[in-house]
Amino acid sequence: MFDFGKWTSAFNELLLGSGMAEWLAVLIECVIIAVLILAVYTVLALFYILYERKLCAWFQCRLGPMRVGKWGLLQVFADMFKILIKELICLKGTDRFLFKLAPYLVITSSVVMLACLPWGNGLQIIDWNIGIFFILAVSSVGVLGILLAGWSSNNKYTLIGAMRSGAQMISYEISLGLALMTIVVMAGTMDISQLVAQQEDAWFIFKGHIPAIIAFIIYVIAATAETNRGPFDLPEAEHELTAGYHTEYSGIHFGFFYLAEYLNLFIVSGIATMMFLGGWMPLHVPGWDGFNAVMNWIPSPVWFLAKAFFISFIIIWFKWTFPRVRIDQMLAFEWKYLMPFSLANLLLMTVFVAFGWHF
Amino acid sequence: MSDLKDKILKIYPAATFEEGDTLQVNVVEKDWLGVAAKLKNDLGFDVLTALVGMDWKESVGVMYYLTATGRDWEVITVKVVAEDRDNAYIHSVTSLWKVANFQEREVYDMFGIKFIGHPDMRRFFLRNDWVGHPLRKDYDTNPELNPIRLEDEQNEDDTRSYSLDDKGNVVETPGKVFEENEYVVNIGPQHPSTHGVMRFRASLDGEVVKKVDVVSGYIHRGIEKLSEGLTYPQILHFTDRMDYMSAHQNRHCLCMCIEKALGIEVPRRAQVIRTMMDELMRISSHLLSFGCTAMDLGATTAFFYGFREREMVLDIFEKTCGARMSMNYNVIGGVIADLHADFQKDVKELIRIMPERLKEYHTVFSGNIIAKNRLVGVGHLSKEDAINYDITGPSGRGSNWSCDCRKKHPYAVYNEVQFDEVLMDGCDSYSRYMVRMKEIEQSCRILEQLVDNIPEGDIRAQVPKIIKLPAGHWYQQVEASRGTFGVYIESTGEKNPFRVHFQSPCFNLVGVMDLTCSGYMIADLITIGAALDFVIPDIDR
Amino acid sequence: MGVSIKSMSRDDFKNNDYIDKLVEELNATGANVMVGKFDDLINWGVANSLWPLCFGTSCCAIEFMSLGAARYDMARFGFEVARNSPRQADYVMVQGTIVHRMAPVMRRLYEQLAEPKYVIACGGCAVSGGPFKNSYCVVPGVDQILPVDVYIPGCPPRPEAMFYGLMQLQRKIKVQKFFGGVNRKEKIEEFFAEHPEERGQIG
Repeated sequence: MFDFGKWTSAFNELLLGSGMAEWLAVLIECVIIAVLILAVYTVLALFYILYERKLCAWFQCRLGPMRVGKWGLLQVFADMFKILIKELICLKGTDRFLFKLAPYLVITSSVVMLACLPWGNGLQIIDWNIGIFFILAVSSVGVLGILLAGWSSNNKYTLIGAMRSGAQMISYEISLGLALMTIVVMAGTMDISQLVAQQEDAWFIFKGHIPAIIAFIIYVIAATAETNRGPFDLPEAEHELTAGYHTEYSGIHFGFFYLAEYLNLFIVSGIATMMFLGGWMPLHVPGWDGFNAVMNWIPSPVWFLAKAFFISFIIIWFKWTFPRVRIDQMLAFEWKYLMPFSLANLLLMTVFVAFGWHF
Repeated sequence: MSDLKDKILKIYPAATFEEGDTLQVNVVEKDWLGVAAKLKNDLGFDVLTALVGMDWKESVGVMYYLTATGRDWEVITVKVVAEDRDNAYIHSVTSLWKVANFQEREVYDMFGIKFIGHPDMRRFFLRNDWVGHPLRKDYDTNPELNPIRLEDEQNEDDTRSYSLDDKGNVVETPGKVFEENEYVVNIGPQHPSTHGVMRFRASLDGEVVKKVDVVSGYIHRGIEKLSEGLTYPQILHFTDRMDYMSAHQNRHCLCMCIEKALGIEVPRRAQVIRTMMDELMRISSHLLSFGCTAMDLGATTAFFYGFREREMVLDIFEKTCGARMSMNYNVIGGVIADLHADFQKDVKELIRIMPERLKEYHTVFSGNIIAKNRLVGVGHLSKEDAINYDITGPSGRGSNWSCDCRKKHPYAVYNEVQFDEVLMDGCDSYSRYMVRMKEIEQSCRILEQLVDNIPEGDIRAQVPKIIKLPAGHWYQQVEASRGTFGVYIESTGEKNPFRVHFQSPCFNLVGVMDLTCSGYMIADLITIGAALDFVIPDIDR
Repeated sequence: MGVSIKSMSRDDFKNNDYIDKLVEELNATGANVMVGKFDDLINWGVANSLWPLCFGTSCCAIEFMSLGAARYDMARFGFEVARNSPRQADYVMVQGTIVHRMAPVMRRLYEQLAEPKYVIACGGCAVSGGPFKNSYCVVPGVDQILPVDVYIPGCPPRPEAMFYGLMQLQRKIKVQKFFGGVNRKEKIEEFFAEHPEERGQIG
């Protein structure tokens, strides 16, 4: 496969070769990367909004956005312009500092997580030996933002939304973490580039077979809950709490929550891709050399995005099919079923690894 | 009827009787509470069907319509006149029939009659700073007394109850709706799941609902008062706009009441058309109810499926009546226009398609494990409570109470068609929901029997140009989509009614919100409301 | 004048003289080309992303649901993101009668909407009180308490009529000026001048 690392190292050498001091070169590179991440973030979020709206329309025998631009492609841009100029309302009785801080916390956490994803061969921005651990840690910051948003709004609905969200995300993080740990046990590393590299011959979901498939299912359920999406969309349960924790937010502050919600969907799909479906690795079937060669010809970022979109499709499918669960049912499901199950699965995987039953 | 008279005389020798469309018993106010208890306990009048406040100019009072479910749904009227017009009071029957709770509040609001012993005597529809009682004949309509106020209502928690002291004076005791330290969450009037502008104030303990206070009147349009100034054909259109999901049935009811008073025989063709339209309306209503229940639970897709089939029904209406909603189709003596040429074809298509679509709904929503967990065992309403609160319609039948007006007091051609009264004994939200789904099947069955048997003939009986009802009063019930809908008309022989009262099923439904929601979670409050399926303009009128 | 709505020719609209007048009035003050282009862009965004507030009082609300459902599908125009919180909605379509008890709530809902905000009076009751105009507790037209942008008559209006009304609103939006004119900041300053004690409390 084409290694994008060649381009990046060439660029680095170009900067250094022009007689630039190393710190300056690093600074320039950081700025460029930051701009790129933010650009990708926005584009992806906009794409996801359209993606969901179109899919939802498809499930509901409708057409979805189609009048603004060709096939409604410009719809999200119209929304973006609108939301940028919307008035920002800050109310009497709110904790103004926390109220304004909260959306930034949410969006920062998802931007940092986005940077951890393996985009393609050699396109790895944050890459160190505790990669998975780092992702899990950063994802928890988002919960803080939601809790603060609910608390600082001085509104009973937002408070209930925030409390639900706190209970939900902290609970499901356990299953999520355990499902990822199952794969870490098999791979023996937390390093993201290593994890992807190990899946060159076969994806982890095939390598680990039974426990890996169970882990994948647990992960998808827990990830749905982590991103506050249906049937676990209790924190913003529209029909109970009007708009949940972001009821009082308007304009771009609300826009941040809205973007982060969609981007988190992409991020959990990206992590699933990386841990179970081989990251940017193409689909290889041992022995079918011709097929493998064709698969190799497809660029690695395309592979990554396609897999992530597929998993997002499944999660969106959940949302538009299932009714919403109740808070006690949701917590009971996590603590009574999902978590013990994922613990047992982790044990199972350990046994598999110890006896070498995986491929 | 004379048998019943003897029985009533036995428990209340001072009773006087008047004959009308039902037996009317006149009871003196000071004996009323005792007589009511005996009527309920000894004679089996277990349902308070309607409670109509009245102002006869020289005096004010209340007409009670009582039904004995054990005795073939026999209905009697009890007339109680308050002693003093300006400081009127009547003993409350809330302790006997819980349904009287909100109805007495409504009468207090509209007539200023204080109910002795009522625990919570607040206004029901109007702002608590409203001046006067609109349905009294001496109400001052000067708009300066009650301008459009843009400031919020004050002292919402204040309530009061009235009692009589030894000398017979009315004593007011102030009270509070919620305690000082309760966590009260305000749901509505603008809320996606109250199905309109209903407002619930729920006291919470964590996520668990402790008490629900219903605040109504956000769409109270004063239809009953407006009707008093209009002629009979003119008041017909209000019925389409009360419960807009039972437009045909409501209007059917009012037309039948007027026809009963005038003694008009409706042609058979019109009867069949009315029956078919009622059932189509029921299908449309239950489909909307299915969609809204699903949407309130977060299953948005099911909502769209429900609406897809609802459009088919609306097409049928549009072709014949000319409108998708507010059809204005029934008129006094029959229906306004003949059926469209496509009517039979469209109805047959609907009947053909519904069974498979219902199967689809059950796959998408009713059979879903999450939906079942959310609905089964939630919002318990026992059969006794359903009777006591007069919860009719699919909600009452979900509590296994056989209360279908089409079976109990057959009208139009309902006694000629075969259909089952759907009963379920779950007493929970799921039963109420499933009764609706099964009623769609039964409605299709009725349509199937009638669609090829629409007799030829007139669609309208000959009625006088100017309709004047003879002096008297009449009460008529039909089975609307959400329960028994009743119309009370009192006439003095003029061309406009002296008093019109609409007894709407949703009014009673909202009365059990506190009972059914207490002890469940705030998320259940939404599903219970969705499964009870009330329409707010029907409550407020 | 380039107030165009996709797939709708100018002659499809019944009241062009009114929009022409509006354009004339706005152009009289004049704006430079750069600002004008920005305005066009923003107006295009606002006009094509009208998110309704979920608010309905009676029959019209059911027709509004039909508008969202599969046959009419307002998602095609990007109107489908119905927000339950007024902070995030762009317009409130008053669907049904507004009565005295509701009036302060309606007014507050309007005030809770974030700028730019619009009001559509949908149905006879909201336009004028409709059949209930003579009642003791009905507000005879929502324009008594709110500034209304578009009126949609009907009882209830057909979904097509609602689309027509929404397109009229789009036309109005497309000629408005975001830059220039009295803006929100000036209004807030005015408010603070009247209520100095509120400064620092809100914003």
